[in-house]
Amino acid sequence: MSAPGPEVIVIDYGVGNLLSVRRGFEHVGATVTVTGDRERILSGPRVVLPGVGAFGNAMRMLHELQLEPVIRQLVARGTPLFGICLGMQLLLDESEEFGTTAGLGLIRGRVTPIPQRALDGAPLKIPHIGWNALQASGDASWDTTVLADTRPGAEMYFVHSYMATPEDSAHRLADCAYGGHRIPAVIGLENVSGCQFHPEKSGELGLQILRRFLLQ
Amino acid sequence: MRNLRLIARLDIKGPNLIKGIHLEGLRVIGSPAEHALRYYQQGVDELIYMDVVASLYGRNHLAEIVSLAAQDIFVPMTVGGGIRSVDDAMQILRAGADKVAVNTAAVADPELITRIAHRFGSQCMVLSVEAKQTGPGRWEAYTDNGRERTGLDVIDWVKRGVQLGAGEVLLTSVDREGTREGFDCALVRAVTNEVSVPVIASGGMGEPQDVLEVVREGHADAVAMADILHYRRATLGDVRTVARDAGFGVRA
Repeated sequence: MSAPGPEVIVIDYGVGNLLSVRRGFEHVGATVTVTGDRERILSGPRVVLPGVGAFGNAMRMLHELQLEPVIRQLVARGTPLFGICLGMQLLLDESEEFGTTAGLGLIRGRVTPIPQRALDGAPLKIPHIGWNALQASGDASWDTTVLADTRPGAEMYFVHSYMATPEDSAHRLADCAYGGHRIPAVIGLENVSGCQFHPEKSGELGLQILRRFLLQ
Repeated sequence: MRNLRLIARLDIKGPNLIKGIHLEGLRVIGSPAEHALRYYQQGVDELIYMDVVASLYGRNHLAEIVSLAAQDIFVPMTVGGGIRSVDDAMQILRAGADKVAVNTAAVADPELITRIAHRFGSQCMVLSVEAKQTGPGRWEAYTDNGRERTGLDVIDWVKRGVQLGAGEVLLTSVDREGTREGFDCALVRAVTNEVSVPVIASGGMGEPQDVLEVVREGHADAVAMADILHYRRATLGDVRTVARDAGFGVRA
């Protein structure tokens, strides 16, 4: 009998398909619990905040299920929290999607629409769908982060219309380039991190990021 | 630099992977799971599953096939065929799909596009269009795998579908499908000229070099490949090499 793998809690708040996130983590050896139960989430050694869809709806669901204070509490006590796609956007202060909506405010910053035009003025296709390469954003080191095993140039699968930009560039670990614009791809501050792309849909290199989160 | 997504398209009938010509004369190729895994291992960017008889017979095996695939395939999956409602879409997304492709039901009830887009986001709502040429620069949209006419002009229909919330277009040339004669680049260009969402060109890929024209002339964002891969006339690696040598951005 093999020992159970590292445990990860995936927060289920009625937004999006959690099956792929679960399967991705299971594939890299995790014991996964998908739950919306507040006690269970608080007891987890590491927690994933997934999400697909609209920002306002997701915040409303977190609010209705009283999960907002739970997330704040687990972050305050040092539990690693990893936001995926919309889950990363929710980590910031607010979003401009369908009017201004407050986010979790765990990392200072705003969620704004991807510019409609490339830097050269050509119209940009929105949503940004497809594979795009990660590049270092600034001086922030990838060591000890979820990107510890990832190299610049690694391509990940993005699907999004809004971009989440931390106020402090030190919280911006990796970007991707779209139409000449630099779009934050991975953000992090202490035990809180997030990625705009879908690691569970980004082939083996994406799975590497999930595997790394299990060591957080 | 133009980015190009390389997509494997698996047409499904019952439990089998099949392939036809002009979407007809279906021939069983084998197990969808085996082929899908092979394409994943070759580095495919996405998979498209289409149940080719679902809109005729109602029920389909897709949810099962997709949920099995989601066990060990970690790239995006689009699933279509027989999706008639938000609930159908929900079921298929729950089974592990990332996007749903809708054709017949959207033609019958265009507002379905909006309902799916509102519920799951427009990135989830792929408008699937089967196009048959009716004259120079004119194509008509068909449903039920090229069997039923709709009377809709492809360009008008795609524009309307995008306005209603479709986030991507899967554009299949019924004339070229299964012929290996290359993509209908004029069709693809006519559509990409008019909409700003990504367009996937499908139907007619005979050899890896066929991607060159459909990207350069057609401005396709992605190509869907079926029998070229199923019959092992080329690997995804071959196609990627041709695309990269042409200077297109493809995944390493």
